[in-house]
Amino acid sequence: MTGIVLAITADADSGFWQWVAYLWVTYWPMFLRGAGITLLIAITGTLIGSVIGLIIGVIRTIPVGANDSALKRGLLRVINVILSAYIEVFRGTPMMVQAMIIFYGAAFAGVFLNRILAGVLIVSINTGAYMAEIVRGGIISIDKGQFEAAHSIGMTHYKTMKKIILPQVIRNILPATGNEFVINIKDTSVLSVISVSELFFSTRSIAGAHFKFFEAFTITCVVYFILTFTVTRILKLIEKKLEGSDTYTIHGSHTLVETEFKVTEGHRE
Amino acid sequence: MTKNTVTQENVIEVCHLRKNFGKNEVLKDINFHVKKGEVVCIIGASGSGKSTLLRCINLLETATDGEIFYHGENILKKKMSGAAYRAKLGMVFQQFNLFNNLSVLDNCMVGQTSVLGRKKEDAESIALSYLELVGMKGYIDALPRQLSGGQKQRVAIARALSMEPEALLFDEPTSALDPEMVGEVLKVMKTLARSGLTMLVVTHEMAFARDVSDRVVFMDQGVIVEEDKPENIFFNPKEKRTQEFLRRMLDE
Repeated sequence: MTGIVLAITADADSGFWQWVAYLWVTYWPMFLRGAGITLLIAITGTLIGSVIGLIIGVIRTIPVGANDSALKRGLLRVINVILSAYIEVFRGTPMMVQAMIIFYGAAFAGVFLNRILAGVLIVSINTGAYMAEIVRGGIISIDKGQFEAAHSIGMTHYKTMKKIILPQVIRNILPATGNEFVINIKDTSVLSVISVSELFFSTRSIAGAHFKFFEAFTITCVVYFILTFTVTRILKLIEKKLEGSDTYTIHGSHTLVETEFKVTEGHRE
Repeated sequence: MTKNTVTQENVIEVCHLRKNFGKNEVLKDINFHVKKGEVVCIIGASGSGKSTLLRCINLLETATDGEIFYHGENILKKKMSGAAYRAKLGMVFQQFNLFNNLSVLDNCMVGQTSVLGRKKEDAESIALSYLELVGMKGYIDALPRQLSGGQKQRVAIARALSMEPEALLFDEPTSALDPEMVGEVLKVMKTLARSGLTMLVVTHEMAFARDVSDRVVFMDQGVIVEEDKPENIFFNPKEKRTQEFLRRMLDE
């Protein structure tokens, strides 16, 4: 035996902490691998879901004027009905059930999905449904004057959205998106029903091998919390960054080349 | 105005314009025009339809009936796209409506680059020249939320000017400002008026209408009651409604 390996043993007489230590020292690569897969699915699922939500939110807020052609109006109505159905169904059913239906439904149709890929797919579709409404809320909460000002300098609806509205929407919905991310980290645990070897599934295997559920899940609880807490902190930082600087520089006139002084929210320092 | 002859000389010409909000008739058969280089002020009590008229001209509201001509071209007949037409008319709003996500400089550049297709360097030098005109050149890095109302409105004017429009429409540009900031905005507007820019101004600033405009239009309850040179409107109004309105306004 090399000196690096900590030899911790536990048996029927060992106490709670002894078992926790034993399980961690013995199975930490499995815990971390599970946490890694949880993070992978949560991150990709949230990102793809946000893109889905952004696209749907934008489509659902396309204004329809009286001057638009019947074709455009008809097409938009059909698309809206389909998108509403998607949102209602995926918000209205448990993700656990969606996982079973998509995974075993695909198998029924002869397609055997990679389990992790299936997990990403399910989380993405599910998050997309929530994000669609978050984005739509973000868009309709932007002051009408922003749209009018953009239109008045000749921007089309598309340009207005791209240059003016969406940058503001994305900043405003960041807290809600962070929420979704945190929820996804926790909710990937339901993917254990289709045997995705994420953190919850891994823990159950470890616990089952020794019949030590309390001990194993205590470790897992801490790991989940570290994941979500770190993510929340990082999101806070990003939010702050997107908020922009509180100060700006007044550039001097051409006679004084760079007489600049800092101004904080309108007050000179 | 007697008879309408649509000519190219008129930058904007409005014929038999009507606008209803539900059953409420806000504009009733409006006929009116703005010539190139003219400064026209629209005055009238709140709810008389003056802002709605301006918004109809800029297609922010859809007219219920009637025609709007831009250099003799009927723009409601969709030969010209709404966006292309709007790019030729600048608009300054009561609530400034600066783009909150963009700096002062970017506010003045975004339309030039994305609508007019100007190169970034060209757009920047044009934006800077107009920001200098309104006295905001030093603030190019500031965000709208860091500016005072008067500063915001001056940037909004620079943003509209940066598009080098045929005419500039002002929708009560000083109504949302603190009294001490009204002056700085009016000063900029006076400079513009003297430079020969075509301007259509909806305002409650009677002194501005009297001193700066070439023509004053008085509106009441959705109709144009009287329009004339400012000296005639202010010192010798023909209509009783105009007299009453002016007495109320000037008494304040």
